[in-house]
This record gives sequence, C-alpha cells and structure tokens, in this order.
Amino acid sequence: MTAVDLAAARPRLARHVRISFDRTRQRHVLLHPETVVVLNGTGADILGLCDGRRTVAEIVTALTARYDSVPEGEVQRFLTRLAARRCVEFADG
Amino acid sequence: MADPVDSMDNVDNVDSPFGLLAELTYRCPLACAYCSNPVAMGEYTDELATHEWQRVLTEARDLGVLQCHLSGGEPLLRRDLVDIVATAHDLGLYTNLVTSALGLSRSRAERLRAAGLDHVQVSIQADEPVASDRIAGTPSFRRKIEAAGVVKELGWPLTLNVVLHRQNIDRVADVLALADDLGADRVELANTQYYGWAWRNRDALLPSRAQLVAAEAVVRAARERLRDRMDVIYVVPDYYSRYPKPCMGGWAARQLTVAPNGDVLPCPAAQSLPLPRASVRVDPLERIWTGAPVMTAFRGTGWMPDPCRTCDRREVDFGGCRCQAFQLTGDAARTDPVCHLSPDHALVARAVDAANADARVDEPPLVPRPHRVRVPD
Repeated sequence: MTAVDLAAARPRLARHVRISFDRTRQRHVLLHPETVVVLNGTGADILGLCDGRRTVAEIVTALTARYDSVPEGEVQRFLTRLAARRCVEFADG
Repeated sequence: MADPVDSMDNVDNVDSPFGLLAELTYRCPLACAYCSNPVAMGEYTDELATHEWQRVLTEARDLGVLQCHLSGGEPLLRRDLVDIVATAHDLGLYTNLVTSALGLSRSRAERLRAAGLDHVQVSIQADEPVASDRIAGTPSFRRKIEAAGVVKELGWPLTLNVVLHRQNIDRVADVLALADDLGADRVELANTQYYGWAWRNRDALLPSRAQLVAAEAVVRAARERLRDRMDVIYVVPDYYSRYPKPCMGGWAARQLTVAPNGDVLPCPAAQSLPLPRASVRVDPLERIWTGAPVMTAFRGTGWMPDPCRTCDRREVDFGGCRCQAFQLTGDAARTDPVCHLSPDHALVARAVDAANADARVDEPPLVPRPHRVRVPD
C-alpha cells in the first residue's frame, strides 16, 4: 500500500485482537493469539481512533488536538507494522 | 510525538513474563510418536486441583502474564476446564486452548465460549483420515474435522496445528488445502522438535533435505495465495538451520510453564534438565520466577560458553536451546549443537546425514507414546 492510499485507508483492530490496559506494566497492550504488543500512550491514542470509519488522515487530524506535532509518516508506519502482524486491518473504501 | 510502541520484538526492559503455558494434564487420547511430553509421565499423575490452578492463574496475572495457553496432554480431559477458563477470563487473560479436539462436543464448546475462551488451536496429523489416524494412533480425524467446524460456527478464530515430520511433510499442500476448506484463520506448520517421545523417535521423524525443500516451496506459494485470509506460520526444523532457534525468546525471559503436578519451568522440555524442582505447591509463582534456580540458571547471557559468549548473535538466539544442548552433549551450558559454530555440531550433522542417506532400506520404527485414555464421545 502506498503512502497516498494509506492516508485514505480506514484502519481498525483486526477481528480477535483485544486492546486492554495492563496494570502490571501500566501500559496498554494488544492481545492476539500468539502476540502481545506493549503500547505507550501515543500508540494507545492512535489505536483508540482506529474505528474502521476514520481515515488515517482524519486520525492524524484528530491527534493534532492532543499533540503539538504529529508526523503523519510515523502514524502510517506504526499502523503498517501492526497490519503486517495482523493486529490491524484496513476497511475498504 | 513519541514512538508509539514501547516494545514489539524486544522486551529488554520488561521483567515480567507475557505467557503462561498451563499444562493441565499429560493424559491424552492420542498416541503420537512425535509427542514432546515427558517420557516418564508417571511423575505427573498427581495433578493440581481446580483451586490450585485458579491460584496459579491469579499469581500469574499479578506477575504480568497476559496470555494463557491451556495445553497438555489433552486439556479437555480436565472436567474443570470450563471453571479454569472462566477464572483466566475474569482475570483479563487472553485464553488459548491447544487441543486434539477429542472431547470438544458442541455443548462443551458452547460452555467454553460462554466462559470467555478466546481462541482454539486444533491439531491434525495429516489431511485425510487414514494417515492422520495412523499417526495419532487412534481414530480421531473425523471428530477433529467436526470440532473444527464447531469452532468456526461459534465464532472463534481457528488455528490448525500440524506437526511436520518425515511421514507427513510430503502432504503439506493437501494440509494447506484442508485448512483453507475449514476456514482456518491460522495454520501452524511446525517441524517436529525433538523432545520427549519425539527425541526417542528422532531418526524415524527427521525429514530429508529434499522433503524440506519441496515443502518450503509449497508453503511460500500458499502464503502468497492465501495472504488475505489465512496466516501461514512455518516453524523451521532447527537441525537444518545454520543457527539455533531463539528458544522461548531467552531462558525464563518471556514465558513460563506450569506442569500438571505444579512444577514450574521455563519451557516444558526443561523437566529433563538436572535442576532443582520448583513447585507452585511449595512457593508463590513470583518467588519462583524471580529467584528459583530453574529460572535463573540460564537467564541472560552470563552463563554462556564460547563461542556464544563473544558471538554477535548472543542476544538474537540466546545460545539456542538448553534442553537440546543437554540432550545431545550431556551439558546444558554448552552451545546448542544445532549451531554450525558449536564444537559439538557433528552430533547434529550425523543425524542429518543419516536422514539423507541414499540407501535407507529399513525405516526406523516409530515408538508411539503409550498413554491412552478413552474419551467419551
């Protein structure tokens, strides 16, 4: 997927992936049959906006309300990495 | 904005284990010759009671465990499995049932679903009944396929587990086709690891190089073809690797195992090592994880011999598998002989040579694990 159409993609958590807060590590985590991904606050904020309706571009816009600077490339890289591990998928259109 | 992931692949700063392998029983209706359960199963018949498992799960969660793999033997032989799952689920653990699927009736499956079970992994031994039942040592294929259907109908993600070896690896294309037909979300094609019964049967199970090359080409093509609907995981046979596997992501680094009798181990095979036992019946899990000799013996890199000590890959593969080193050399603190840099590598090379001998007239016999238990239909 190129950077251009990724901006228009609508990410969501993959089916069967659960996000939860781990009180031991004081971090949000993604739980998947064979994977645990430990997120920090930024990662949890991004995924909190991934509802399958917002586009990546809209997510970046929403994040600018909370962060001084939001490099769009970094958000895209984060979501692409999670998609490669089947934690995130991109809804059509 | 900070990097949005604290840790994905490396967990250097995290001291807590992520996963608990709860081996609820070593009883099993199957008799697979590749089974990795301990050969001396008699030591494990005094199984933890329901309330003991529930305490173990609670202590594991407090320790930082997030995933609970319910395995065995056949975990469905535990009549209290639904209660154990319910406790794990209530603690917030991601629960994964690793099963032969014998005993997974629809009503049992519905109760497990209601208790919060997240994921089911069903083993098959081949893609069709004759070969599968022969390898399993008992008629089971048909029930496995029915159970896989129930798993999908109830909305669980389905993983099919297939242990690959000399007698079924040539069927991998058919296995993948079956997995696709069943709507599997994941298929784990894992070459046999030689522990327990599989170690005893190694020479009959180790495939030839030609078999592996053919199977790996099939797997690569299937990954591409099925990319949008099925995750194809392929576990390489370490005997054919240049470097050892990063066993368990490092000794007592990410995972712990609790055996049916309450023994705590870094991995199931570690029961074979001459280390003092640690048990949840004696000590709290946290104390065992942080301080028991069985956990600290090979944690980190301080124990490493040459050539691992100075190797660039010491934090990549952690010296390989301690149990394999012990098995092959009698010393758990040696480099895994699978590594081509190991001074003991000839031990592995000889087994590989034998598996590739031109004239292999008599195939070595398979010794099935004997421990068979009837399961009600």
